[in-house]
Amino acid sequence: MSATPLLELRGIDKSFGPVQVLRDVAFSAFPGQVTALVGDNGAGKSTLVKCISGIYPTDAGEFLFNGRPASIHNPRDAAALGIEVVYQDLALCDNLDIVQNMFLGREKRHGLVLDEPTMEQMAADTLAGLSVRTVKSLRQQVSSLSGGQRQTVAIAKAVLWNSKVVILDEPTAALGVAQTAQVLELVRRLADNGLAVVLISHNMNDVFAVSDRIAALYLGQMVAQVKTTDITHAQIVELITAGRSGALGLSAGNGSNDTGGEPAAAPGAAR
Amino acid sequence: MTSTALPDQESVATPVAVPTLTSHVRGYLSRVRGGDIGALPAVLGLIVLCTVFSIMRPSFLTAANFANLFTQGAAVTLIAMGLVFVLLLGEIDLSAGFASGVCAAVLANVVTVLGYPWYVAVLAAVLTGVLIGSMLGMLVAKIGIPSFVVTLAGFLAFQGIVLLLMEEGRNISVRDPVLVAIANRNLPPALGWALAGLAVAGYAAVQAMRYRTRAARGLVTDPLTVVLARVVGLATVLGATVYLLNQERSFNVLINSLKGVPIVVPLIAVLLITGTFVLQRTSYGRHIYAVGGNKEAARRAGINVDRIRISVFVICSAMAAIGGIVAASRANSVDPNTGGSNVLLYAVGAAVIGGTSLFGGKGRVLDAVLGGAVVAVIDNGMGLMGYSSGVKYVVTGVVLLLAASVDALSRRRAAASGGR
Repeated sequence: MSATPLLELRGIDKSFGPVQVLRDVAFSAFPGQVTALVGDNGAGKSTLVKCISGIYPTDAGEFLFNGRPASIHNPRDAAALGIEVVYQDLALCDNLDIVQNMFLGREKRHGLVLDEPTMEQMAADTLAGLSVRTVKSLRQQVSSLSGGQRQTVAIAKAVLWNSKVVILDEPTAALGVAQTAQVLELVRRLADNGLAVVLISHNMNDVFAVSDRIAALYLGQMVAQVKTTDITHAQIVELITAGRSGALGLSAGNGSNDTGGEPAAAPGAAR
Repeated sequence: MTSTALPDQESVATPVAVPTLTSHVRGYLSRVRGGDIGALPAVLGLIVLCTVFSIMRPSFLTAANFANLFTQGAAVTLIAMGLVFVLLLGEIDLSAGFASGVCAAVLANVVTVLGYPWYVAVLAAVLTGVLIGSMLGMLVAKIGIPSFVVTLAGFLAFQGIVLLLMEEGRNISVRDPVLVAIANRNLPPALGWALAGLAVAGYAAVQAMRYRTRAARGLVTDPLTVVLARVVGLATVLGATVYLLNQERSFNVLINSLKGVPIVVPLIAVLLITGTFVLQRTSYGRHIYAVGGNKEAARRAGINVDRIRISVFVICSAMAAIGGIVAASRANSVDPNTGGSNVLLYAVGAAVIGGTSLFGGKGRVLDAVLGGAVVAVIDNGMGLMGYSSGVKYVVTGVVLLLAASVDALSRRRAAASGGR
């Protein structure tokens, strides 16, 4: 594991009115690694991502980028640092082609005229760098692409701008088996290319297939950040649903609503 | 992100090594089958209509009538060209017809009643259009009233404004020689040939340059035969048109000679080229398509959606103003019905018949010109066959419905064959 995380959050608090959504959350993402962010619905995953990408301001906490303190007040700050988010609904225009979508809002121009050859070449290079071989032509309209191909385009759009951190919100939620495998392969390749990848997912198979580290949120608290190899499927499920699993997670005193029997629970006992 | 290429990846940069003529044609056919039919129905419809009318009424196929088609269809086509921009966002402008009437009334008042030179009048008319458009656009984008309602209100109000400007139904004649020339005079035959040659040469140069830069960068190019076919096709169409329009159309050459390309034709051509350039080659045009395709995606990409929405209404009303000027020129006068009755529906019909989608995100300025030609041919041909205007309205209405169904069905087809 690299010494310094590329992205590190410490003690993040975030409330919406009286509701505290994030409580003293710590989170780090390392270059070249896939960090899975898991948690039940309402655990605060989306809020955390929106804090990272500058959509929500945080109430308290530190934000370190590459070891140095950074401040993110709006999405433009995040983009300037090289943080890109691929949202679940992808935000692609069906009536535009792949190149046009990838450069939407940031078109290359010669004076007044769009510089199509340069854009097409950059798009081709980016897709080649990700070893994407599934699209027939870069001038295909997005409406003619499959779900997996759309996801690929959305991810390629995010990495086009020399981004360093890519956050993927449920990239495989709407995909079939083969396409899920394709996208996961792509996620892995992003990390192998040196990016810090944050993968939000509900699918534990996906999480164990590609992630290097797992961060589990439970009711707005970060209950564990562990290496994927050090934890089992069952333990993660326990962390997500109960907030603790054996020695991991919230301390017994904190989550005292449980009855006893905890100390004896061996890591693999549940299955 | 350009590094770390694995050995087998070059296939992405050049997925289809050398697209042949057959693969190009096959690609086009599969797009058509997938619901992306573009202007195909308009072109086929135009050929069928012209054939039928030529057989039924030989007078349809005369040079004089051919020239008439252009001047008759010009105003509607110009309004339709502006409407394309609004339709691209999935909005509608029902007030475009009477907006052109208001602008024509302003023109007539400035040039005839107030006695200013023609260019002041034209400027005033176009500025009136810009003002109308920005008002409509503000109401739609900033207040959030559906464009259908805003422009329906405009439709009524502008009708009233024309009446007021005409002082309750008076008719103001336009006698300024320059203004009258727009729709009633022709270019000298030699100039017609020169402009056609210039257009073909320019088109060929653009195509050749694109082919060369793309080939030099190793990007996929259209097959050379297709590029050549496009240039030859344009040269044939323009050549035939200019040749026909340069025939003598006067019944008695001794009294006056009548030949040459009507002046409205180069006017429409220049606006067509400008509009196409804006939509296809500038980021503003790209953003119009993006907002029409997925407003939320456009917003997240940092595009100022409100500004785009206002601007298309401005363009539409400004084009309506130019349409109004041409209508005033053709009639030599402006009356309270200028831009009224069927003008708006013909214009919407022209845009939709040409292949512009009512759902937004799909359409070209060329569509309006092709659709305008279809509408003009129906109007003209049925007039020659002696049908009443009642029948003409019914037929045009049916054709519009037909075009809208083709649009809706091809959209369903695209949804069924596409990814979702």
